[in-house]
Amino acid sequence: MHIPSHLKYTKSHEWIRLEIDGTVTIGISQHAQELLGDMVFVEYPKIGRKLKQGEECAVVESVKAAADVYAPMTGEVTEVNSELESEPEKINQDPYAAWLFKLKPADLNELNELLDAAAYQRIIESEIH
Amino acid sequence: MKKTPLNQIHRDMNARMVPFGDWDMPLHYGSQLDEHQKVRSDAGMFDVSHMLAVDIRGEGARNFLLNLVANNVTKLVQPGKALYTCMLNEQGGIIDDLIIYFLTESWFRMVVNAGTADKDVAWIRTKRDELMPGLEIIPQFNLAMIAVQGPNARAKLWQVIIGSQAATENLKLFQSTVFDKYFIARTGYTGEDGFEIILPADNAEDFWNKLHAVGVTPAGLGARDTLRLEAGMNLYGQDMDETTNPFESGLTWTIDLKDPRDFIGKKALLEMPIRQQLFGLLLEDRGMLRNHQEVFTRYNENGDKNQITSGGFSPTLNRSIALARLPSKITIGDEVQVLVRDKKLRASVSKYPFVRNGKSLI
Repeated sequence: MHIPSHLKYTKSHEWIRLEIDGTVTIGISQHAQELLGDMVFVEYPKIGRKLKQGEECAVVESVKAAADVYAPMTGEVTEVNSELESEPEKINQDPYAAWLFKLKPADLNELNELLDAAAYQRIIESEIH
Repeated sequence: MKKTPLNQIHRDMNARMVPFGDWDMPLHYGSQLDEHQKVRSDAGMFDVSHMLAVDIRGEGARNFLLNLVANNVTKLVQPGKALYTCMLNEQGGIIDDLIIYFLTESWFRMVVNAGTADKDVAWIRTKRDELMPGLEIIPQFNLAMIAVQGPNARAKLWQVIIGSQAATENLKLFQSTVFDKYFIARTGYTGEDGFEIILPADNAEDFWNKLHAVGVTPAGLGARDTLRLEAGMNLYGQDMDETTNPFESGLTWTIDLKDPRDFIGKKALLEMPIRQQLFGLLLEDRGMLRNHQEVFTRYNENGDKNQITSGGFSPTLNRSIALARLPSKITIGDEVQVLVRDKKLRASVSKYPFVRNGKSLI
């Protein structure tokens, strides 16, 4: 299972990357895309929307099922990856490049509450076994 | 979990296995979309051994079936001919949909759905006891079934079963024949040409491997579902069940009420008010239609529940499509609204099938 060590993760299978400008980029993990199968639709949060940590804010749908994406941190949506609108399969091809949206976090300390790669790995293993 | 004779092969091919009713079945072998496209453009194969062949043997088998099922087995004239039909309860509700093959006057074969197989066999035996106690009802648990589907499916099968071409190339749709140890029918559940093959379970692995070797792509339940939805074919348990009748399930074509023959459920069908029918839907907004979503039309009345019975993504049309049970009065082209999570999305009412033989019909 590919779990890059420079990213943070959530139990609900989002990955989070802190950018140099203080925003965070959010996508779904390799494990999540494998579970869901071929992606066919993405619904983004509106730019400017203020999200609370844990709030449902986006949807990814595969041929099989719809899955909610939750805000990993409190903050304001600054950008969405509209490329996925026409090419949702990019999430399957490279889930760590195919980001969904960016947030300007209200409190960067929330990053410390997120899972590191090793902790996320343990979560996946406990789901599988 | 029940396993088909091909279970180990699916695992060896890295299938994602999922529970399907009582069965451990392959959902896909990597990409459901690729498998779908392969069936539309070339050839794919499905393990459908979870379905059950039930043989009806003995004197009077045809007379028994005339009463047991809703479609008319009088249409089965030539040996090998197949018939799609519903089996109804006394209330006109659908116990199962199935295919009946006419082999001889004292041997008909039914192929029934996996999820309903136990219930079907119990029902058939009860009716046999009432109507024709001398008949034998024989579930065939030691058979495998493999569907080979796609524009190149027949040619690939001929490469694998040496000598079968002459025996099967003149089969029309819904005809079958026996060749060597293979029962070969020109039927399917994808909207493409191809065969469904019934064979001894012990030969299944070897047959599957040979098909794979000539380039037939293994395809899972995922692709089977998107293919059948595009082809506008009902799925039992979703598009119909014991609480719905053939008229409101897009299966009126399988019923002939004018024929004087009596069959189980006929009386109920004759007396039944029909307010709903299955229609196709094409989603016009961005989003995804899914099973059980509520549909709003101009005709909401009588408290009938208007909802999607099967919805999803159509790879061929590259948009979301559905079958939905809607008021009969609705017309093709009407706009309706579908409740998707917290939003009402626009969809247009469409005829179906949506796709046949690789081509969009929309």
